[in-house]
Parts: sequence; C-alpha cells; structure tokens
Amino acid sequence: MNGLLAVADLSGDPRRRAHDRRMQRLLGSSAFITIIISALILFVLARGSIDFLKSIGWDLGVLRDSSKAPGWFPRRERFDLITIVMGSVLMGSIAMLVAVPLGLGTAVYLSEFAPTRVRKILKPIVEVLAGIPSVIVGYFALKFIAPNIVDPIFSPDQSRNMVVAGLAIGVLVIPIMASISEDALRAVPSSLREASYGIGARKSTTTIRIVLPAAVSGIVAAFIIATSRAIGETMVAAMAGGRDGSGPRVLDPLEPGLTMTAAMTNAAGGTDQVNSGAPFQVLFFVGLLLFMMTMGLNVIGDRFVQRVRQQY
Amino acid sequence: MPIVTDSQRSATRTQVRQAITQQNRHLPSIALSVTLLIAVTFTLLTLFSLLARIVTQAIPAFSERGASFLSGTIGSEPDKVGIWPGLFGSFAIGVGVLLIAVPLGIGAAIYLEEYAEQNRLNRFVVVNIRNLAGVPAVIYGVLGLIIFVGWLKPVTNGGTVVAAALTLAILVLPVVIITSMEAIRAVPMGLRDAGYGVGASRWEVTRDHVVPYAMPGILTGTVLALARALGEAAPLIMIGAITGLLPETSLSGKFTAIPMLIYSWSGRPDSSGGNIGWSNAAAGAGLVLLALVLVFNIIGIFLRNHFEAKRVGT
Repeated sequence: MNGLLAVADLSGDPRRRAHDRRMQRLLGSSAFITIIISALILFVLARGSIDFLKSIGWDLGVLRDSSKAPGWFPRRERFDLITIVMGSVLMGSIAMLVAVPLGLGTAVYLSEFAPTRVRKILKPIVEVLAGIPSVIVGYFALKFIAPNIVDPIFSPDQSRNMVVAGLAIGVLVIPIMASISEDALRAVPSSLREASYGIGARKSTTTIRIVLPAAVSGIVAAFIIATSRAIGETMVAAMAGGRDGSGPRVLDPLEPGLTMTAAMTNAAGGTDQVNSGAPFQVLFFVGLLLFMMTMGLNVIGDRFVQRVRQQY
Repeated sequence: MPIVTDSQRSATRTQVRQAITQQNRHLPSIALSVTLLIAVTFTLLTLFSLLARIVTQAIPAFSERGASFLSGTIGSEPDKVGIWPGLFGSFAIGVGVLLIAVPLGIGAAIYLEEYAEQNRLNRFVVVNIRNLAGVPAVIYGVLGLIIFVGWLKPVTNGGTVVAAALTLAILVLPVVIITSMEAIRAVPMGLRDAGYGVGASRWEVTRDHVVPYAMPGILTGTVLALARALGEAAPLIMIGAITGLLPETSLSGKFTAIPMLIYSWSGRPDSSGGNIGWSNAAAGAGLVLLALVLVFNIIGIFLRNHFEAKRVGT
C-alpha cells in the first residue's frame, strides 16, 4: 500500500457485489423463460403436426378435399384446409370492414377534432371496450347482433352465420384499430399541422392531406395487427360461427362457417374424448398454420410501428 | 376610378366576416366531421348496447335467484344453476397469475431494462416477447394441453385449475413484461445516477429507486393482465374445462371458470318454461365477469393515484 487508491478499493464490498450478481442471474433467467416458452410452443406444434402427418400417412391430398361436396369433416378423415382458412379469412374480412371505419374514425376524431374535455371522457370508454372479454362479445353476437341486426336485414337461413361472427369480431378489434392509429396520429408533430394552417388550409384539408399521410405507416400497422387479432379470435367464431367442428366449404357469408380457431377448439373437444388419432392431432397442424399466419402479420405490423417511432 | 369598387369591397367584407364567424359552409369539412361523428357514435352505441343487453338479461337471474345464483352449482336446469364453480375456478386462476406471471414478468422487465446489454441476444429476447404477445390465445391452450395437462401431470393432476392457472399465467406474461418495461424505461436517468453516485450497487438502485418509482405503471400492467386472464376462455376449452356437472370444487379435480359458463350457457336454447332461461343465466355470469374486470381496472387506477400522490409528497 503506497497510499493510492486501487481498483479493488473502489469496487466496494465483495458480498454486495456477489449479491448483485446473484440478482442479475435470477432476473436474467426470468427473461430467458420467454425464449423457452416460444421454443416449447414451436416444439409442441411441430411435433403434433408431424404426428398428424404420420397418421394420415403423409397423404397431403387429404388436406385438399376434391370430392363433389368438399368440406372439413375430421371424423371422416377429410381435412379440407381451404374450408377453415376460407372461414377465417371471410370472418376476418367482415370484421375489418367494421373495425377499420369505426376504429380509424374514432382515432381521427380523438386525435384531431375532440376537445380536451371530450377526449378525457371518450378515451377511457374506448379502453373499457378493449377490456371486454371475448366470451361476452360472443354472447352479444348471439343475443343482439343475430336477432336484432343480421336477421332483419339479411334474413339468413340460420341465425348463426359468418356475418354475425364477423361483425362481432369487428366489435372486438375496434379498440385495437383505434388505439394504435391514434398513437400514430398523435405522433405526427404539430409543426406539420401548423405549417398547413399557416398557408391557409382548413382543418379537414390538414387532416386528410397532411396528418393522415404522415401517419400512414402507423395506420397500416394498426390494420395488420387488428387483422392478426381477428384471425386468431376464437370464442366469438366458435360461439356465433354456427358450425360444431365440421362443415362444408362455403363461400356465402350468410351461411354458417368454421374458422381455424373453432376447428382447433372442437378438435380438442369434450372432456372424456380420446385424445389420439388424426381427428385430434389435426389441431396441432392447424395451430402451426395459425401461428405462422398471425406471427407473419405481427412481425410486419411491428416493422411499421417501429418506422413511426423512427420517423418522429 | 377606384381600383376596388364598392360592390367588390362589400363582397370581400362578407366573405371575411363569414370566415371569421365560421358561417361559410365548406362541404368537405362538414362531410368529414359528420363521418367522424358517425364513427364515434357507432362505437359508443356498440358498447352501450352490449352493456345494456347484458344488464337487462342478467336482472331476472339476480332478482329471482338472489345470492343462490352466486353460491349454487352448475347443472342442466337454467332456473336452478349457480356460478360458484366458475367463481372458484376464476379466483384460483387469478391467484395463480398473480403468483407466477407477476414476479416473473417484473423480473424479466427489470433485467431487460436495467441489466441487459444492448447485444443481439437481448434484442432477440425483446422481439420474441413482442411476438409472444401477439400469439392467439388458443395456441397457448395447445401449449397448456401438452405441457401442463400432459407432461406435468404429477404436479397438476391433469386438466385441473392448476394447469389452467399455469397456462393463463404464461399467456399474460408478455403483457406484464411489456407494460413493466415501459414503466421502468420512463424512470428518469438522474435517479439512477444519483444512486450510483453515492455508491449503491445496481440491484440496490433498482430495488430502492427504480422499481418504487415505476410501481404505478407496473401495477397498471399487472391489473390489466389479471383482467385479461379472467376473461380468457379459449385456452380453457383446450385444456378441458368442463361445463356440464361439477358437484364439488377442488384444486385437484375437474374445474370450470366464469367465461366457460358464459360460453356454454349462451349456446343452449331458451325453453319457454321457467322465468329464467339460459340466456339470463349466461348474462348473469357475464355481468359478474364484467364487474370483476371493471373492479380490477378501478383498483389499478386507485393504486396508481395513491402512488403518484405519495411520490409528490416525498
């Protein structure tokens, strides 16, 4: 010791440092659990899909029913993927037809037009809508949308059909569409609006020609993420879609239909069902397909969100 | 001859006056405002008709049955059923989520915000968490069915409420992590620097300064995650929640939860017999679920205000 401070003197009590390292390892392991979860999801889906393909003897023709009346009939070993993918796409499209105008309209109103007082009341109400569980929206579909809206207007053959389910899924994704687009609209710097007002533009012109184009990547992100939610929505599709686990391939949205998600819950089925064989294992295959579809959409959507963050 | 005639001058005057007093009707502006107001009105109408439908349908269930609707068990007659097994299941799920997802989620968020270096691995962890948040609930059901009902059968006894709680804890974990990360990121850097400046270790700064400061945001995320877990039904169908008969509730036997009851009961046809049909029973359960979700949101807001008031005081 020559009276100078050494590094060891500055680095503090070794016991405290050891404690700090222990905490770091503990906290780090909880972060890495999320990686394990993802790996397990992929593993479970992939293994189940392989089992399924094995039990249909790698005969991929089963996945595209080419009979005269094609459809999804797992009990008869007819797994027509087109039926359930089409069901998901049809109901998802109807949902987006509802969610885009209502969600985007609400977002533009909240961000550009609403006085602060109105905004303070309206925003929490939209958040309440976001928190409503999907079974309750499913109930609403069966007991309100079907008898009071779809039946009188379209008079379908059956009151549970893809339009009813699609509209209800739309209700469910309105808040997602609204909140992500509102974030994007509010991220547009006010200097852009002021510049527009400064050269004499009206509010409507500023909104349509300046603010919306500036926020377009956020709005696209909102659309993509909302679409992903609509395709992944299970309860409403299972409750109001109108099919119990099997059904023919249909194009008419006023007919009952089956989504990928509803096909999965039905394959997992009742309590005492024997969990084996292709009719059960197909749920992993459909799950893997659904996982890849929603993941693809989410990744693209996230890209757009990041772009908004970088821009402003 | 004047450059500006009197008639021109008065025309300009009226134009300016109209512009200032907003009497000039510009059609596209009006059209835009009307369109937006229609969109907002429809959104609000949807919410209110949903709430109104649940409440009006639920009233018979509560007025005729009273407390026995809460304490009774499920069965095959709509005017005799109760939601007790559902309440028990949902309560156990809520406790499980609090015990598993909240500590894990907050721990992960602290690590990623306070400890993790900006390297490729940690960036991958964050991207992965964002992706997990977007995975459909029904996929978590598949995971629960294989891992918690199948592999961990010695621990969970198969499709029990323990397996359900574990599955839903995993489902809401990304929500807890993302909201906690945002709360921790909002803590001012100066607070940490001050802590390090007086010789505190990283963990001491985190425990004593960062986490308390970020608590309101963390709590709000926790409460939202809890509300989400209580409302999910799709994973419960996958792991085999039942909707028929359930004579007794236990942690090691078959289970159900409130959303499962709503799912099952709303699909049953209303017979014209008794005063209470299945749709009333389903709405009754729905009202209880909505009330729970709303109560959790209110608790979250209350806690947030409490913490914020305290922070200003000190």
